[in-house]
Amino acid sequence: MSNHDKIYSTQFQDKLERSTVLLFIVVALAVSVAGIVEIVPLFYLDSTMTHLSPNVKESQKNAGDTAPIVWNRKPGESLDDWKPGDGVRPYKPLELAGREVYIREGCYLCHSQMIRPFRDEKDRYGHYSVSSESMYDHPFQWGSKRTGPDLARVGGKYSDEWHRRHLRYPRDVVPESVMPNFFWLENNKVDPANVTKTMEVMRKMPFYPAPYTDADIAGANSAVAGKTELDAVIAYLQGLGNQIKFTEGVNYRD
Amino acid sequence: MEATQAIPVKYDMDVVRWFTIAAVVYLVVGTLLGVYIASELAWPFMNFDIPYITFGRLRPLHTNAVIFAFGGCTLMATGYYIVQRTGGAKLWSNSLAWFTFWGWNLIIVLAVITLPLGMTQGKEYAELEWPIDIMIAVVWLAFGLNYIMTVAIRKSSHIYVSNWFFMSMIIMITYLHVVNSLAIPVSLTKSYSIYSGVQDAMIQWWWGHNAVGFYLTAGFLGIMYYFVPKQANRPVYSYRLSVLHFWALTFGYVWLGAHHLQYTALPDWAGSLGAAISLAMIIPSWGGAMNGMMTLSGAWDRLRTDYILRFLVVSLAFYAMSTFEGPVMSIKTVNALSHYTDWTIGHVHSGALGWVAMVSVGAIYHMVKKLWRTEMYSDSLVNVHFWMATIGAVIYVVAMWVSGIMQGLMWRDYDEYGALSYTFVESVSAMHPYYAMRVVGGVIYNLGAWIMLYNVVMTVRQASAAHSTKAVPASA
Repeated sequence: MSNHDKIYSTQFQDKLERSTVLLFIVVALAVSVAGIVEIVPLFYLDSTMTHLSPNVKESQKNAGDTAPIVWNRKPGESLDDWKPGDGVRPYKPLELAGREVYIREGCYLCHSQMIRPFRDEKDRYGHYSVSSESMYDHPFQWGSKRTGPDLARVGGKYSDEWHRRHLRYPRDVVPESVMPNFFWLENNKVDPANVTKTMEVMRKMPFYPAPYTDADIAGANSAVAGKTELDAVIAYLQGLGNQIKFTEGVNYRD
Repeated sequence: MEATQAIPVKYDMDVVRWFTIAAVVYLVVGTLLGVYIASELAWPFMNFDIPYITFGRLRPLHTNAVIFAFGGCTLMATGYYIVQRTGGAKLWSNSLAWFTFWGWNLIIVLAVITLPLGMTQGKEYAELEWPIDIMIAVVWLAFGLNYIMTVAIRKSSHIYVSNWFFMSMIIMITYLHVVNSLAIPVSLTKSYSIYSGVQDAMIQWWWGHNAVGFYLTAGFLGIMYYFVPKQANRPVYSYRLSVLHFWALTFGYVWLGAHHLQYTALPDWAGSLGAAISLAMIIPSWGGAMNGMMTLSGAWDRLRTDYILRFLVVSLAFYAMSTFEGPVMSIKTVNALSHYTDWTIGHVHSGALGWVAMVSVGAIYHMVKKLWRTEMYSDSLVNVHFWMATIGAVIYVVAMWVSGIMQGLMWRDYDEYGALSYTFVESVSAMHPYYAMRVVGGVIYNLGAWIMLYNVVMTVRQASAAHSTKAVPASA
């Protein structure tokens, strides 16, 4: 048996080992530091977000670039007045419904939405992703694995019809694919009430709420009426990655 | 020694027995689910066009089953066992312990129902919807309270090292689970995270990596620090090393999450900070692995006959290997290749199959013998399980290393004309043999778990029969 009065390490360590309360407090403090240093600044440092970053603004100015990063919506404009290249915007109702299906089916487990600044990724997928592009993504869909290709800029790359065939029976279009068939999404109708509620929730978010107008939300019903989940997923995919018009020579990451 | 301690202290071990059996069952179920989804990737017809069993819905069920069902039950079984034995005191509240048993298993049942139905928050390893998240918080806090109060009423003067690790896990997981799961509900079965984009990514991987760092590492190191010395019948090699191991891990591990987001839209300073500290973590991790291994000094010969000790030692070897591999993968140039590939999956499984599951299995075999005061029904089946687990894990990990590195190299390869050499789908079809090989490794591993279940059930039956005929309780 060891001698209980002998201190085998330091006095402080010995004190901790004798007191449950003290050990609890010191551990709780020790594990808090990293979160405070690594996470909290992301909420207030301007350089975190592309559209707020002073360096990006500077770089844009030098390149004579005036393309907006976030959509500057004029009063009275509807979501349908937005055009590709006008900047990051909140999801349209049908896209939002498609995004819910995308999350439900776990698409993010095999498809990333985050292009890294490498030559091969530029050639394969397009311009590297920037933080403001996912500012309305609750939760983020960057993914962690590419069992299938990245989808960050898949919008507009294929026709709606291609997506329809591919989502229904992937191997009809890409014989080597290992993606499950999703033809049954065509049997499910989008629920307009749910989309309306989701838009309201997105507008209430404490961080980066979607700037929906009352008119946007009121229009959700007719926008999704009669649409299937397959239509919704296609709308979501076709809206990915074409929101910002990137200018050659501008550094969009800090 | 005080005179009162001559009378054997009665511990609350019934709840430990139930958690132990549940853990063995979930090991079988969790790895079986893994084998199934691995087969879906190798042979996509296995999705059978049934929404509830498509890869995207079953994969969260697999991760939840192995992490929270198997891992959780193992942690609570060993936690309640260790905290009583090292403190020489009964549980602070036996009924609260039973509440955690039924509560945790109810959560698991709800996961089995909701995840195949597609009810998910869409955050990896934190998929369960908000009502279940609240239940997790309640049960986890009950476990934590019971644990810490049992530490507080201990009879020993000092708190044993295993309990430090368990306490840091309890504190950190509470913190992570609450912060990461904050969401606004749309309905009872659907909610959306209050965070978005880059902040959500950082919080998610702060959670994701520390679910590994605290739940699957700190907790299981607590297991290691109790069961390795017990099974080897030797004291921990170095007390000072364990102090270092503990504080470096507790303070340092929390920083690592950012290394999952290298080259993404996360600001570079955060990813680099995560990577730098990841590299530094080799030191405490290897210190800890060394501490466990060296505990066997003077008892190495027992590996020839003690199959349970084999599990514990090989788990430490896997721990050392994955805690070397992890920091290497967090180096930016390596990460540029490995990220998004199967290499990550291989790394996770060398940790999960090799370290977490092996150390748990060793601890569970040890506990089964003590809890039912008996020998194993078959020691040679323990040996068979040991070899199946080791061979299965190695096949799995090797398959993923090869496929991961191959994927990474194919994606970035250029031909002599400066065009990409391979289309994406060529990399998909090149993976097929390795995905099939992974299934083989997984099947072997899963069969080992079935053998364990059989062996444990037979041991318990044999012990119950023996105790009831003798009618005299065997002395502890």
